[in-house]
Amino acid sequence: MDRIPILKMGDYLLVTVQVDMHDRLAMTLQEDLADRIVEARARAVLIDISALEVVDSFIGRMLGSIAAIARVLDAETVVVGMRPAVAITLVELGLALPGVRTALNVEKGMEILRRSLDASGGNGAGAESLAQPSDADAER
Amino acid sequence: MPVASKSAELIQKYEGEILQDWVQAQMTAMTSRPDLMQKAELQEQSKALLQNLAQALRSGADVADVKGAAWQEVRDFLGSVSESRGRQGFSPSETATFVFSLKEPVFQRLQRELVKDGPALAAELWALTVLLDKLGLYTIEVYQKGREDVIARQQRNMLELSTPVVELWEGILALPLIGTLDSERTQLVMEALLTRIVETGASIAIIDITGVPTVDTLVAQHLLKTVSAARLMGADCLISGIRPQIAQTIVHLGVDLGDVTSKATLSGAFAVALQRSGLAIARSPQRPA
Repeated sequence: MDRIPILKMGDYLLVTVQVDMHDRLAMTLQEDLADRIVEARARAVLIDISALEVVDSFIGRMLGSIAAIARVLDAETVVVGMRPAVAITLVELGLALPGVRTALNVEKGMEILRRSLDASGGNGAGAESLAQPSDADAER
Repeated sequence: MPVASKSAELIQKYEGEILQDWVQAQMTAMTSRPDLMQKAELQEQSKALLQNLAQALRSGADVADVKGAAWQEVRDFLGSVSESRGRQGFSPSETATFVFSLKEPVFQRLQRELVKDGPALAAELWALTVLLDKLGLYTIEVYQKGREDVIARQQRNMLELSTPVVELWEGILALPLIGTLDSERTQLVMEALLTRIVETGASIAIIDITGVPTVDTLVAQHLLKTVSAARLMGADCLISGIRPQIAQTIVHLGVDLGDVTSKATLSGAFAVALQRSGLAIARSPQRPA
């Protein structure tokens, strides 16, 4: 696999890492995701890494920077499904991913995104969200 | 290759006498422990060692090389004696004296036999001394190793005992830590906590350090590592059970707990956890206080 698919669902972008990431793949994902956020006008990104079993310092740093890029593009980002072994490895490597939101699984991740979109949607609803009612609004 | 062929003959010839003297010497020695071992058992052990020894010597085994194959049986026997004595509560020197005390009765016989032949006597004594010293040291080594195994096992047991992760409420875990946190324990604690987070789907974990005797910079670092790892799994961590002295130490050492919420008591932390989960505890209307 030379690309990780990025799925669009309403205002959300879903990225599911189903294979072990190698460096090239991570860099491609970073570029693709940046493009897609702008193109799809996504408000929120959910990255599921539950299938990721091995991380090194590079992949750890890439996870952090992917989340940071999404944040710069004003999309809430949450990383979900990190395995215990991966979490321990990242902490031992000194990569605690500050500023990255995390959740145990996709369900909880969606919940967090929905809540923060609700909160920001209230005061900063732009033309974009008027034209395209978000899932979050529908749920309420 | 030094051998003690004369001693071999001698031990065979005077086995009964040597054994009697030897057991007698062991019984009357300062290191004798009649409270731990009966005479009959001692006699049996002594006899077995003497026979094993004589057999190895007769086969012309090199006395300088007690690690060799020729001494296998003697080593095995001494190993088992050493282990059983360690369990019975003998001290290392009491255990080693078992071997060393064999010198006197054998030397006496050697002296009597070789009284006319000075150089042969000296050579034989030297060979036997080398042998018995090495066997004695081997006994101590085995004894020591037995003790170390016990310590290692206890340490493992303690590690397992001390890392329970309990579920206080749906979605709220508590990790009561008891004892000092070193890197190895932190690893275990972290694994136990993260595994439970996955199992229970908890979103809040309370680390209670009431049982941690001191918190220095290293312990704090280990705590923060655990907190970070839990956060990566999507669970918030609270630290509770910070005693007044510990609070003072933390501040004096300049330890930065970062943005981790800390509470003095477990119940305080539990209240915060409930609040964050949108839960509240109310008094039942049926039973007013």
